[in-house]
Amino acid sequence: MAMLKVEDINVYYGSIHAVRGVSFEVNEGEIVTLIGANGAGKSTSLNTVSGLLPAKSGKIEFLGRDLHGIAPHRIVGLGLTQVPEGRRVFSQMTVEENLDMGAYTRAAGEVKDSMADVYDRFPRLKERRRQLAGTLSGGEQQMLAMGRALMSHPKLLMLDEPSMGLAPILVDQIFDIIKELHASGVTVLLVEQNARMALSIADRAYVLETGKVALSGTGAELMASDKVREAYLGG
Amino acid sequence: MTFLNHLINGISLGSVYAIIALGYTMVYGIAKMLNFAHGDVIMVGGFVSFLTVSSAGVPAIVSVLISMAVCTVLGVLIERLAYKPLRGAPSLAVLITAIGVSYFLQNAAQLLWGSDSKVFTSVVPFNSISLAGGKLVITPESIVTVSACIVIMVALTLFTAKTKMGKAMRAVSEDKGAAQLMGINVNSTISVTFAIGSALAAIAGILLCSAYPTLSPTTGSMPGIKAFTAAVFGGIGSIPGAMLGGILLGIIEIFSKAYISTELSDAIVFAVLILVLLVKPEGLLGRHVREKV
Ligand SMILES: Nc1ncnc2c1ncn2[C@@H]1O[C@H](COP(=O)(O)OP(=O)(O)OP(=O)(O)O)[C@@H](O)[C@H]1O
Ligand SMILES: [Mg+2]
Repeated sequence: MAMLKVEDINVYYGSIHAVRGVSFEVNEGEIVTLIGANGAGKSTSLNTVSGLLPAKSGKIEFLGRDLHGIAPHRIVGLGLTQVPEGRRVFSQMTVEENLDMGAYTRAAGEVKDSMADVYDRFPRLKERRRQLAGTLSGGEQQMLAMGRALMSHPKLLMLDEPSMGLAPILVDQIFDIIKELHASGVTVLLVEQNARMALSIADRAYVLETGKVALSGTGAELMASDKVREAYLGG
Repeated sequence: MTFLNHLINGISLGSVYAIIALGYTMVYGIAKMLNFAHGDVIMVGGFVSFLTVSSAGVPAIVSVLISMAVCTVLGVLIERLAYKPLRGAPSLAVLITAIGVSYFLQNAAQLLWGSDSKVFTSVVPFNSISLAGGKLVITPESIVTVSACIVIMVALTLFTAKTKMGKAMRAVSEDKGAAQLMGINVNSTISVTFAIGSALAAIAGILLCSAYPTLSPTTGSMPGIKAFTAAVFGGIGSIPGAMLGGILLGIIEIFSKAYISTELSDAIVFAVLILVLLVKPEGLLGRHVREKV
């Protein structure tokens, strides 16, 4: 059974129809990626799953539960956490306070172990734990945003363009971290513009074009597809 | 010595402004709105204390607690009924609603308690302290007000720095959407903010009426506006800013009254505000706000 099942959702911003009948699924243990050009509706789809935006129609199920009408903060409590586009760390709070916020839904006793795990995974954050998040570099902020999301102990982690604006070496590092997280048992839904990298680690992928799913298949299938090569992999 | 007396009075009045300003600034920080009804919650706080002491005869300290409880509930109700339905509405609509709530409270108070002013009995049952052969007089109200201000400042600073709810409030004030993605319930965070601000308004109302013992349905409006000025002066959204702004405003007001003119004192206070904002638009301790798109 699918862990996350998105069925024919339509999402509007006022009169702008941003997501038009999109359906996709993520099975437990998979890395699934949504790729597409600017404005294709990737972030809108993730934010709708997170409950930040209402779907005008369609259905979203997580672990067999209908998410309709469930507030965003409760969705996090169900084990579905998003690392938003642009990182959105709390810049006036320290690194450690940001991690605390990530653990907001957890019981006080569980926070310490998770914090130690995150610091193990991101030693850089440990060195800077008393520093204001706004003073971190872009790559460090991305690590903080991911670490913060991990503090909620997600079953499904949704990442919105984690490689955005990072130097190639950092992009590699971020993708290595995603693979490690996946290996440790976290299911991943990855939104990317870096289609080559995303397809190379994805079990399955969906291509979004102007609010619709244009193509879908396994990562390898899409990598080999002429259409994808032409439009997203630079020929 | 008279200078020192004026300074003490100024700090004392300024402490009241500071306590009120905290309510404005915390609500602004989190809900990004100006709660113009905040001043009238002060008035309600004063009336609850007045009525419980004069009619029901409860001890002063109990009346303070009752007044805080009533104002807390009132503040949370105002937010739920008047402001929450407007979340995401244009800020002008919210502003007009807040002004409407302010008039509603004033008129409701008039209906309930009449429009004549009442003589408030101070809740501080001590005598004034005379120093330097009677030249320097410190009222017990000043001592209690300034102490209350310090305690509140320290408590709020610790609350926002150390507690889970306090940190959540800072997170919400920085980025509501990201806070929701952490699992923070933004609505309850906003409610807690209104609750704290309104409980502080009750304290401020009682201290104000104890020092200046008249009470009427419009008692809260001028101190409300001045405290709002203080919040902007200090940097709206900043807790230390509200404190600093409040105390400076109180001192400026008392000194203008003493050395320049009683009639012009309010004009001078607002002139200072305008000057400060011309030079430093974000206020004394305010941060440049980056507009989020
Ligand atoms: N707050 C908003 N108000 C109005 N329209 C919006 C808003 N946010 C997004 N849109 C529109 O919705 C469409 C989908 O945007 P979305 O942000 O989901 O795209 P995206 O696929 O994430 O793009 P990118 O790769 O640039 O992040 C776009 O046409 C965009 O202009
Ligand atoms: Mg996007």
